[in-house]
Amino acid sequence: MATLELTLDEGLQARPLKRGRRLGPLFWAAIGWMVLVFAVAIFADFLPLPSPTDMDMLERRAAFSAAHWLGTDGLGRDELSRLIHGARISLVVGLCAPVIGLVIGGALGMLAGYFGGRFETIVAGSMDVLLAFPPLILVLAVIAFVGQSIFNLTLILGALSIPASMRVARAATLTLSRREFVIAAQALGASHARILLRELLPNVILPLFAFFLLGVAVIIVVEGALSFLGLGVPPPISSWGSMIGEGRESLDVAPRLAFLPAAAMFLTVLSFNLVGDTLRALTDPRQGAL
Amino acid sequence: MTGNILLSVEDVVVDLPTPRGNLRAVDRVNLTVGAGQTLGVVGESGCGKTMLSRAILQLLPKKAKLSGRVMFDGQDLLQLSREKLRKLRGRSLAVVFQDPMTSLNPVLTIGTQLIETLQEHLELDDASAKKRSIELLAAVGIPAPEQRLSQYPHQLSGGMRQRVAIAIALSCEPKLLIADEPTTALDVTIQAQILDLLAREQRRRHMAMILITHDLGVVAGRTDEVAVMYAGRVVERAPTPALFKKMRMPYTEALLAALPRIDAAPHTPLPAISGRPPDPTRPLQGCSFSPRCRYAVARCHAEKPALTEAESREHQFACFHPIEIHAGAGA
Amino acid sequence: MAFFVARRLLYLVPVLIAVSLLTFSIASLLPGDLAYTILGDQATPENVAALRADMGLDQPIWWRYLSWLGNVLQGDFGRSFRTGQTVLQAVAERLPVSIELMLLAQLGALAIGVPLAIVCAARSGGPFDRFMTGTAFAMLSVPTFLSAILLIYFFAVELRWLPATGYVPFAEDPIGNLRFFVLPSLTLALAEWPGIMRILRSDMIATLQEDYIALAKAKGLKPARILFVHALKPSSLTLVTITGINIGRLIGGAVIVETVFALPGIGRLLVGAIGTRDLIILQGVVLLVAAGFVIMNFIVDLLYAVLDPRIRHGHA
Repeated sequence: MATLELTLDEGLQARPLKRGRRLGPLFWAAIGWMVLVFAVAIFADFLPLPSPTDMDMLERRAAFSAAHWLGTDGLGRDELSRLIHGARISLVVGLCAPVIGLVIGGALGMLAGYFGGRFETIVAGSMDVLLAFPPLILVLAVIAFVGQSIFNLTLILGALSIPASMRVARAATLTLSRREFVIAAQALGASHARILLRELLPNVILPLFAFFLLGVAVIIVVEGALSFLGLGVPPPISSWGSMIGEGRESLDVAPRLAFLPAAAMFLTVLSFNLVGDTLRALTDPRQGAL
Repeated sequence: MTGNILLSVEDVVVDLPTPRGNLRAVDRVNLTVGAGQTLGVVGESGCGKTMLSRAILQLLPKKAKLSGRVMFDGQDLLQLSREKLRKLRGRSLAVVFQDPMTSLNPVLTIGTQLIETLQEHLELDDASAKKRSIELLAAVGIPAPEQRLSQYPHQLSGGMRQRVAIAIALSCEPKLLIADEPTTALDVTIQAQILDLLAREQRRRHMAMILITHDLGVVAGRTDEVAVMYAGRVVERAPTPALFKKMRMPYTEALLAALPRIDAAPHTPLPAISGRPPDPTRPLQGCSFSPRCRYAVARCHAEKPALTEAESREHQFACFHPIEIHAGAGA
Repeated sequence: MAFFVARRLLYLVPVLIAVSLLTFSIASLLPGDLAYTILGDQATPENVAALRADMGLDQPIWWRYLSWLGNVLQGDFGRSFRTGQTVLQAVAERLPVSIELMLLAQLGALAIGVPLAIVCAARSGGPFDRFMTGTAFAMLSVPTFLSAILLIYFFAVELRWLPATGYVPFAEDPIGNLRFFVLPSLTLALAEWPGIMRILRSDMIATLQEDYIALAKAKGLKPARILFVHALKPSSLTLVTITGINIGRLIGGAVIVETVFALPGIGRLLVGAIGTRDLIILQGVVLLVAAGFVIMNFIVDLLYAVLDPRIRHGHA
């Protein structure tokens, strides 16, 4: 189960990668896949595909054919179409939750790093309390009591993404706020807001973005796991995770029903991990992990 | 002085590929050490003296390229198999590194680090190894040796730690000990003690020793022969008294002048050598020292001087413009 | 050392209190009435009112929290309205299963990850190292439930070597018990080994560059001894760190694995309770698991001191 807590210590003192190597073919393949998935998800309605909800009881679990490129599922629905619409859901949750974490966590981290003192202690302390829970347990608990919906899911996953972003932002801010240009700006009488927004933010945003991408990978997996168990996105909405969960029933007759969405999820998660990790290595060479 | 040659370094070259180009750390060095003799190797940081010691031990970094011959006790170390080399190291060939805080393993006890060497090479059982370890610690001047066995390096002072490192090096009665800047990381007050310890043990065990240092003062009374290194090459080599009395290299002269003298007036400024050693990835066409040499002439910048002999065969130097100087006449 | 432990203990208490607060707050987030939900079909106005009074739902929230906490500290976590079991009974029944699963999984992950890390560090940069590092990276993108399905497909459906679901207690049938645990533990181990391998490998590569390793080589020690005694021991601290960090992920993974492989552990209890809306069980289990997690982290911290003599003597 992927962790929602991205430790900054990963890859400590790993040997530095040769610069030229990193943006190799793998990196661009990952970008390519991400673009493809995004494009397909956004323009799903314009593609010449059967509707994902049209059931054809005569063609259940059909193999690949001209009418259904990737076959049909247990209820006769077009698999390719379902995959694409599933991508939408997985991506929506996968992107929105980390954005929440990025914005709130990033802001908190920058403020904590900049102002320090009691504020920082409180923020760091609350993060510690949040992290004192095993993440999946916390999500399950909240979902159980608040109810299953995409909105709730995104919120709680977003909340769990806050600590990681907070840490990155705080660490970056701490190193930066000691530098001369900040002290100079303060001496010139610049307001805190101006320093934070104009001087610190542009420098913090890059490492934050790298962690954001890694966070997307994590959230896609967590949402997938929850939906797989039936506890994520509420039926009849399906994400890749729910499709895999449904496909589990047909493992003996039509394993492709589980493995097609599984492959899609794997490739997407791998791509986000690759790009995020590469960016992380580039923006902070000490912490490159490959 | 020739006697029985224990170690003969012949035309050794160490190249290190770096992103900025090839780095020649050791440039065709020739040295010999007789059995029971001490060779001092002197030079600034970065002159290649540490790389030379690693080359002798065959412990260079993976990417390094080594060529030449290192004859030790009749065998060419470059040709030996890894297993045979491993048996030699620690047994006939021992080393003491510069900083005992980093050269001793912080999570293993002193006893473990001593006993493992003894058990590896001398195949002693636990009891005898322990006994011998205590003897060794006592011999290097560590009080209460039995208790030290179960202590960790960070519980000892710097001087003590280095004594332990020396004990480890001496444990299997090596024929040659390489001491790589053994006192640089220690307090000045301890330095003399450690050097005396090394000299004493060397005499007792009839051991050969290579003493590597950046400080000419260290080699003054304690070595039989001195080799001065600069930018990867040996630029002057002589029996110690001859070096101090009749040094030829301007570099050696400058090194000596940079030593504080006890009879100098207070607040006498030390003449530092201006400039810095050359970038080893961009070797100069002429003499490597010429940019900083007070006596340099045009030829020095254009050609590399080869090692030539002074009046005796044992005294060699590489300079077109050597000096004739006698110690005591001032620099 | 004792001072060190006492200080850490002092930190533990507020965290546990915070955990209990958070658990209680989540439970109180329930939209609608708890009593209604519990009674379900039998929710008549009289029953609801009676239940509310009985459960103290009329009282102000701080009173409810304190009384709940008071009960908890006396060992009373509540009783399931569905099964009638107390929370503690339910948890006690299932704890051995979860622990066996997590233990086997962690051992498996270490058995895969540690040797690979050592070999890769010793031959860093070489073809094996690059291959293994790439594989580890790819494995990190394979979610636990995916590995579960893959393993079930290959070993249970296609090859029929191992059972896909089921459980028998160890005391009854050790071999059978282990057979049922192979696929689940392997699934979790596959999820954990890349993290272990990557971090241990980095740490060992750094350690291998230290002077004391050079000296160990100069002493002519056997390469195996240098690797395992001189290099691995300083890095063992990292191993403890990783294992500690992993516990949280292991717990989450256990939830999934127990559900997929139908192992009667705590994770399955939790998921089941969500399905049947058994909120008392939910609240109790969440609190217990979270508290257990905090305590386990605390123990890991203590292990640091044991392993690194520098910390013990107040140096590091």
